[in-house]
Parts: sequence; structure tokens; C-alpha cells
Amino acid sequence: MRLPLLALLAKEPAHGYELKQALEVTFGSAYPSPNIGQIYVTLGRLEKDGFVRAVDVEQSNRPNKKVYYLTAAGREALEAWVDEPTEGPRVRDEFFMKLVLAPLTGIADRMALVNRQRRHYLSLMRDLDELAERTDPGNRVARLLIEGAMLHLQADLDWLERCQEDLT
Amino acid sequence: MTTTPVIKAVGLVKIYQTGGLPVPAVRGVDLVVEPGEFVAIMGPSGSGKSTFVHMLGGLETRTSGEIWLDGKRADTLSESGWAVLRRQKVGFVFQFFNLVANMTVADNVELPALLGGATPRHARERREYLLAELGLEERAGAAPGQLSGGEQQRVALARALANHPRLLLADEPTGNLDSRNTRDVLKLLGKVHRQGQTIVLVTHDARVASMADRVVSLLDGQIVDDAPIARLQRRPAGTAGDIVELHG
Repeated sequence: MRLPLLALLAKEPAHGYELKQALEVTFGSAYPSPNIGQIYVTLGRLEKDGFVRAVDVEQSNRPNKKVYYLTAAGREALEAWVDEPTEGPRVRDEFFMKLVLAPLTGIADRMALVNRQRRHYLSLMRDLDELAERTDPGNRVARLLIEGAMLHLQADLDWLERCQEDLT
Repeated sequence: MTTTPVIKAVGLVKIYQTGGLPVPAVRGVDLVVEPGEFVAIMGPSGSGKSTFVHMLGGLETRTSGEIWLDGKRADTLSESGWAVLRRQKVGFVFQFFNLVANMTVADNVELPALLGGATPRHARERREYLLAELGLEERAGAAPGQLSGGEQQRVALARALANHPRLLLADEPTGNLDSRNTRDVLKLLGKVHRQGQTIVLVTHDARVASMADRVVSLLDGQIVDDAPIARLQRRPAGTAGDIVELHG
């Protein structure tokens, strides 16, 4: 969450709620909507690290709001983030851990684990398909996010098939 | 009230005997598909899934076991007997469309109805209805070769549905399509399924399989899983977000 917030603040100063809205509008309903508490906690940490600074803006009839803006150190951190390649595929897959370790304890059978997981992936896929149906076709970012999730899911399913072939 | 299953396979076995050693492809499969059900068959390549659905449609002979189609014993039929039954009861969609290249789209779709004994007028009306449903009425006079892969697969689906088949069989129907054409074919499958079409479909595409009511998994010629695909419990907000976060 830290760096996406810095990126939004590089565009223009904003208060916490505006940042939450900007994330939601940009990424659509497929994006896990951040809760406002999380955003304020993150902003607080970024402020402590010197990446953002806050100014109090007076509002009539309401408590002051804090508007955050990016510092030079914040811009550097953002540039470093953009410049470096992003982490590749996960090797810490929770299901795989379960698949390998659970049978050793005698509490689960691999075939049953794989079968249940396959059906779960298909349920998730159906959910994504319905989400895609409900997503504004004009929101390319949101659509790509869903498409990415679908491709990952397909890869997970293909991998599951390999696990079933070799481990059961 | 009991209904007659559209498909009942009992102890179905297929052993290929090409060279010296017999190669078992399907090793004792039981399957019952009720009217209106949509069943996806999944499994690694070589698991016997294609052989299995080809046997269900009479496109391959079985080595042993029984196949009942719409209450009628089918596996004991002669090749021509199967052909007649298939024309009446089964529509088939393949990965590579298999349209007749030197016939128009319209004739491709009308052919099974005409072979099935429909009057030319009835065959034409059915063809017009199906092509309109699939958004292809403009392409009726074209040759299949002039169509994109996605359009050809939609024509193949129209042809498969021309005779109001009791059973639609499909073998990797989106295996050769890009994601947009896959989506179009999926929409159609969903639509005919909602209209009550019974479907048995082999696929490795999770999007296709996720539309089914039930998934059957084959491994080494045997069923290792046969169960419905559950609906996710919808939590108020963020459900989909959780999906993307977990798998994105």
C-alpha cells in the first residue's frame, strides 16, 4: 500500500479519503478496497519515514483535515520503486505446502485435496466471470486486473493438474 | 418422479490395440447425466477424456461397458445405427470446427437437419433462427474459410444445435480460440444451457469449465472426482477483491 499511495500523492496532494476513492475508481471493484484506517496508518508511517508531510487545512463547521503531500525523499522512494523490476511468481504457495505436508501427518489424502482445490478454483473463476460482467467495459484498468486474475487462476489449475499427475 | 438420464455410461472401457501392446485409454467409467445438466470433463492430456466423449457420441467404439442415450441402449448398435441415433440426438462441437469447406455457412448448418429428415423449409427456418441467435445472419452466404476462427466455431455450434439434440457434446471447443472469441462461444453455451440444453464438454479452460454445474476429473482413464461446482458464499463487500488479492 505504501508505494501506490506515494504514486497518487506524486500526482497531487490529497487527504486520506481522497486516496481511498482514487484507488477504488482507478482499479474498479476487482481491487480489494482498502479500509480507511489502513490508509491513515500507512500515511502515518510514511510521514514518520519522511516520505510525506501533512498540513492541516481548516474547514468551516468541521474538524481540520490533514492534506498529505510528497517530500523529496518520498519522490526518490517512488522513483526507486518504479525503476526496479517487480517480484516474479510466488514459490510460497499455501495450497502446495498443504498438499506436500498434510499427507505426511496422515490427516489428509492428496487426491482429495487436489480435487477439492480444483472445484474451489472453478468457483473462483465463476465469480471472476460474474465480476467481469458487472464491470464497466470502459474501465480498462479494472478489466485488465480481472483478466490477470483469470490467467493466474488458469495457471494455478494447470499446475494443480501436474501435481495430481506426479504426487497422487 | 424419475427422469430418464440423457446419458448413462456403465463400466465403460476403451483399449487401443495399435501395435503390439494393448493401451488402455478409458478404464471403467460410470457416468450419469440428467436432462439439463452441464458437465465439464477435465484431466491431463492422455487421461482419456477425449476418447470418453467420443465414445459417448458413438464416434469411437467401446471395448466393453454400456452406453445409454436418452434411455436407449446405444453401444450395441451397428455403425449405421449409431449414425442415425446421433443425427437425432447428439450435436458435436470439436476443437477444429470441422465445417464442410466447399459449402456455405447456411448449408453447413442446414445439412444435419436435412439428413435428419426435416423438410427444407423447416431446416431453413431453424438455420435462420440459429444464425441470428449467434449474430451470424450476415455470414450465411459465406464460405467457412472466409470466417474468423471464432465465427467458424459459432457456426459449428449452430450446426450442432440444428436438430434440437438431446445432448450437446463438445471437445475443447475453445482450444483454438483467442480470449475474445472464447468469451463469445462461452456466452452462447451459457445461453443454450439456461434454455435447458444438456451439455457434456471436455476442456482444460477454467473459464469454460466454471460455467458447468458439475466437474468430472479423469486421471489415467478413471474418474477421480465427480462433484458440483459450489457457489461461493458472497460476503458483502470485497469478495472479488479477495480473489484478486489471493491469486493476482
